[in-house]
Amino acid sequence: MLTRRSARQGGFVALPALLLIAVCFVLPVGNVLRLSFTEPVPGFENYVHLATESLYIRIAITTLRISVLTTVVAVGLGYLVAYVIAQASPGLRSWLLLVVLIPFWMSVLVRAFAWILLLQREGLLNSALMSLGLIQQPLSLLRNETGVLIGMVHYMIPYATLPLLSSMLAIDSRLMAAARACGAGPIRTMWRIFLPLSLPGLAGATILVFVLNLGFLVTPALLGGGKVIMVAQYIQFGINETLNWGIATALATSLLALVLISLVVASRFIRTETLFGAA
Amino acid sequence: MRARPSGWLLAARIAAFGVLAFLILPAFIVVPVSFTDTDYLSLPQDHLSLSHWQTLFQTPMWRNSLVQSFAVAVASTLLSALFGSLAAVGFMRMKPSMAAKLRLVLLLPLIVPTIVAGLAWYWVYIPLRLLDTYFGVILAHTVAGIPLVFVTASSALAAFDPRLEQAARSMGAGQVRVLRQVILPFAMPGILSGAVFAFIASWDEVVVLLFITSRNVYLLPRAIWDGINDNVDPAVAAAATLMISVTVGILLLQQLLSRRENGKAS
Repeated sequence: MLTRRSARQGGFVALPALLLIAVCFVLPVGNVLRLSFTEPVPGFENYVHLATESLYIRIAITTLRISVLTTVVAVGLGYLVAYVIAQASPGLRSWLLLVVLIPFWMSVLVRAFAWILLLQREGLLNSALMSLGLIQQPLSLLRNETGVLIGMVHYMIPYATLPLLSSMLAIDSRLMAAARACGAGPIRTMWRIFLPLSLPGLAGATILVFVLNLGFLVTPALLGGGKVIMVAQYIQFGINETLNWGIATALATSLLALVLISLVVASRFIRTETLFGAA
Repeated sequence: MRARPSGWLLAARIAAFGVLAFLILPAFIVVPVSFTDTDYLSLPQDHLSLSHWQTLFQTPMWRNSLVQSFAVAVASTLLSALFGSLAAVGFMRMKPSMAAKLRLVLLLPLIVPTIVAGLAWYWVYIPLRLLDTYFGVILAHTVAGIPLVFVTASSALAAFDPRLEQAARSMGAGQVRVLRQVILPFAMPGILSGAVFAFIASWDEVVVLLFITSRNVYLLPRAIWDGINDNVDPAVAAAATLMISVTVGILLLQQLLSRRENGKAS
C-alpha cells in the first residue's frame, strides 16, 4: 500500500502555488469586493450611485451594447470560418488554422496599433479607397464606435473560432451524409443536423467571447479615442485621475459578478477548462 | 462518403476566406510601416529605411524597455513554470474531490478580468511600497502565469501511468528522485508549452502595467501604449514588429521542441 500512502502525502507540493495565489491574488481581489461596500462609508452607497447616476448607466449601456454587438458578429463570422475549416481537407485545414492562430497570438496592443494605421483619417484604407475613386471624403473610422467594433471583432473572431472548430470536428460527418442520402438538401442538412449538434459549442463560444468583451480595455481605449468609454477604461482612467475608490471597486465588483455568472452558465454547456485556451 | 462540394459550400468558402483575409491583414501592415523613410506613420514612400529600427535600439528609453521587458518575462516565466508544474504534480496526488475544489483557486487568475486584478494589486502595492518595482511586476506576472503552466502540465500528467512511479519506488528511488527523474520528465512537454504561454502573456501584458508601474519600471508594452497615444513616432511600428517577431519566434521554437519530443516518442 506504499503508493496509496504516497498518493495521499504528495499533495503538499501544490502548496506553494496555492498559497501564492491565495495570498497574492485571492486576498487582493477579495479586498476590491470589500472596498466596494466600505469606501468611503460602509453600505451600498456606491451601488446606489451606479444604478442611479446617468454617467454610470451610460457606461454600463455602452459596455453591454458593444459587448453584445461584438459577440454576435464575431461568433457569426467565427462559426462560418470554423465550418469551412472543419469541411476542408486535412492539408488545407492546417493552413487555414494557421491564419486564425497568427492573429490569436499577436499582441492586442500591436493589433490596435495596426488598426490605427489602417483606419485613421489619412490612413491606408482611406487613401486606398480615395485613390480608387470609391469615396470623395475620407471615412471617419477611428475614435468612434465603428473603430472600436472593427478592432474588437477582429480580436474576438479567433476566440470564437477555436472552440467552435473543436466542437464541429467532434460531430460525426456520417450523420450529414446519412441526411443527404435520405434526400435532405444541403440547407436542410445544415439546419436540422449540423446546427443542432454544434449548439453546445456555439453557446460556449458565445459566452466566452461575451465575457472577454466585458472587461476589455486596450482596444476600446486606443481605437475609441476617449469617445467610447467602456467600464474597464473608466476604472483605469478613474484611478489615475480622480481616485474614487468606492466607485471604481463597485464597477470592478459588478464586472466580476457578471463574468462569474456567465461562466457558471457556460459550464453547463462545455467543460470550462476548454474555455481557457489550454488546448 | 464525401458530399460533393455544392454551391452552398462554395459560397461559405468565399465568405470565410474574406474573413480570414480580414484576420491576417493587420499582421502585414505593421512590418512595412516600420521600414518607412518618412518621419510619420506611413508606408515607405521612396525607399526602405532602417532609421526607426536604429531609434528603437539606440534611444535609451526604447532600449531599456526592451531589456527590462525581456528580463521580467524570463523571470516570471521561470517562476510560473516552477510553481505551476509542482502544483500539477500535487493535484495528481490529491483526493479528486479536494483537487476539484482547489483547482478553481488556481484557475482564478485566468477567470478574473485583468482590469480587476490590476485594481486589486494597485491597492495592496501602495502600502507595501511595491508600486513601480521589478519585484511587484514579476510577482503579478508570475501569479498570472501559474494557471497557464498548471493547465498544460496537468493535461500532460493526465496520461501518466502510476505504475511507473510504483516501479521506481520499488527499485528504491525516494520521493524527490521519483519527482525529478520520473514525473517531471513525463510532464515536461506540457510544462514547456505552458511556459511559452506564460512568457507571451508577460511579454504582451499592458493592463496590469498601467496600474502598477510608472517611470522606474518602463516595459515595452507600456512604451508602445504611450507611443500610440502620442501618435507620431514610427519607432512604435519597429517596436510592434519586434513584439510580433519575438512572439512568433517563441511559438516556432515550441513547435520545433514538440516535433522533437514526438520524434523521440515514436
